[in-house]
Amino acid sequence: MQNTDLQQRDGHELVLKTEHLCIQFGGLRAVDDVNLEIRKGELYGLIGPNGAGKTTVFNILTGVYKPTSGRVFLCGENITGKSPIEVNRKGIARTFQNIRLFNNLTVIENIMVGLSNSIPCSVPASVLRLPRHRASEKEFYDRALALLKVFKLEDYRDYLASNLPYGKQRRLEIARALATNPKLLLLDEPAAGMNPHETEELMEDITFIRREFDMTILLIEHDMRLVGGICENVTVLNFGTELAKGETATVLKDPAVVKAYLGE
Amino acid sequence: MEFLTALINGLSSGGTYAIIALGYTMVYGIARMLNFAHGDIIMVGGYAMYVTLLLAGHPLIALAAAILFCTLLGVTVEKLAYKPLRGASPLAVLITAIGVSFLLQSLAQIVFGSSPKMPVKLQIPGAVSLGTFKIDYSTLITLAVTVVIMTALTLFIKYSKTGRAMVAVSEDRDAALLMGINTNAIITITFAVGSALAAVAGYLMLMKAPSLSNTLGAMPGIKAFTAAVIGGIGSIPGAMVGGILLGVVEALSFSVPALAPFTEAVEFSILIIVLLVKPSGILGKARREKV
Repeated sequence: MQNTDLQQRDGHELVLKTEHLCIQFGGLRAVDDVNLEIRKGELYGLIGPNGAGKTTVFNILTGVYKPTSGRVFLCGENITGKSPIEVNRKGIARTFQNIRLFNNLTVIENIMVGLSNSIPCSVPASVLRLPRHRASEKEFYDRALALLKVFKLEDYRDYLASNLPYGKQRRLEIARALATNPKLLLLDEPAAGMNPHETEELMEDITFIRREFDMTILLIEHDMRLVGGICENVTVLNFGTELAKGETATVLKDPAVVKAYLGE
Repeated sequence: MEFLTALINGLSSGGTYAIIALGYTMVYGIARMLNFAHGDIIMVGGYAMYVTLLLAGHPLIALAAAILFCTLLGVTVEKLAYKPLRGASPLAVLITAIGVSFLLQSLAQIVFGSSPKMPVKLQIPGAVSLGTFKIDYSTLITLAVTVVIMTALTLFIKYSKTGRAMVAVSEDRDAALLMGINTNAIITITFAVGSALAAVAGYLMLMKAPSLSNTLGAMPGIKAFTAAVIGGIGSIPGAMVGGILLGVVEALSFSVPALAPFTEAVEFSILIIVLLVKPSGILGKARREKV
């Protein structure tokens, strides 16, 4: 049953593919020969002990670091070495391990920043407050509000982002990433610092986003309950190399994986 | 009555400081650098007005030419001198800014000589008098221009895509980059706006006292920087508050005979007091260092 499932998905388009991704900092190989294949609509987990190179992989995917060797493909297009802005415009958005909202902006303004590239408006039009400016501002506001409603944050729209409770800040950060209209969403330890109840809600949120936006998601996570609960496939990194990959349930029972996490 | 006159004069010169301080504070907030050449942009704008007056005649044409020239100059300086140093140590950028300041002053001296020019056409004589109470037209114009600029800038920051992107970049440049914000373009726009404001400030200064030399921007630049720090550098309302406060303190201190010779000492001691009580400035936010 699960086998035929996999074969069916093999026919699907690959949203993300990395080939022999390596990055070297001085003498340290932080990421060594990582090959990811993520299909459209898939929720994929990237797990591993602290310092395994997970966030470094994210930083390569988003163009913050340039890989020493290897290539990154987004929907078949080679995006290796492109700048973070280009990568974002091509369709990768991310959230951060330690939430990085724009705290001096309100909730709705945070979303509007995320929408920046999707609605055109020139600086002269804004300075002169032309009708064009007013129309585009209204469009920004309406689209941001619609997105907030999806995330049930519309009642908080005029709060400063820093005044939201922690769980809602996470949700806002995900909404802001989605505002940039990505093909692939990268979530860096979304459950970090959450209590079991909040983690439960987060799992529901992620499942919901996937369905509602037909989104492909790559998730870094420590919380095994969350990974086991929602990811179909995972790659386990250890010291920058792939320790295991495949179906989540099987991989999590792999003795090598258990050993890497718990020690001997 | 004398107090009221001093207060109004203070509000007016404070407005000019605030307009200059906006340039310092926006550049600091967004590009994370102290642009010590900002004051000299005012001076270059002054010469641009002087030259335009010789050619065209009307003060408003001169003002428009100065705004255009200063905007281009600010953007060019950023591209040539500061952009290559993005990511370099703050000290390297600071020294470069001081170098640009000397470069502009020396170039002006080579081109226009060291004797002051008198673009008297910029002057607006006359005053409104209410009985014995008199306010110069130039003071009123300065106040009006200040209010218009502050309102326009506040609206621009709050209600435009570019304004929001400016706040986002000033808060977290890397996160803004990953949201697809072109941070380089935002920094360029910031320099353009700051330099255009410097040109306006130069006009207001020469309208009051039409004496133009290559050090025109030096002292107002330092005072406006002080105002930006008093208000909380990086904060736009802070620059406004700091500028007005400094201008009022200056004028009030000057109106008291015993304090008049020490006016500048009084102004800078305000800076020391504010920094002792609230190191991040009146409206500044303390930055928590990330560990």
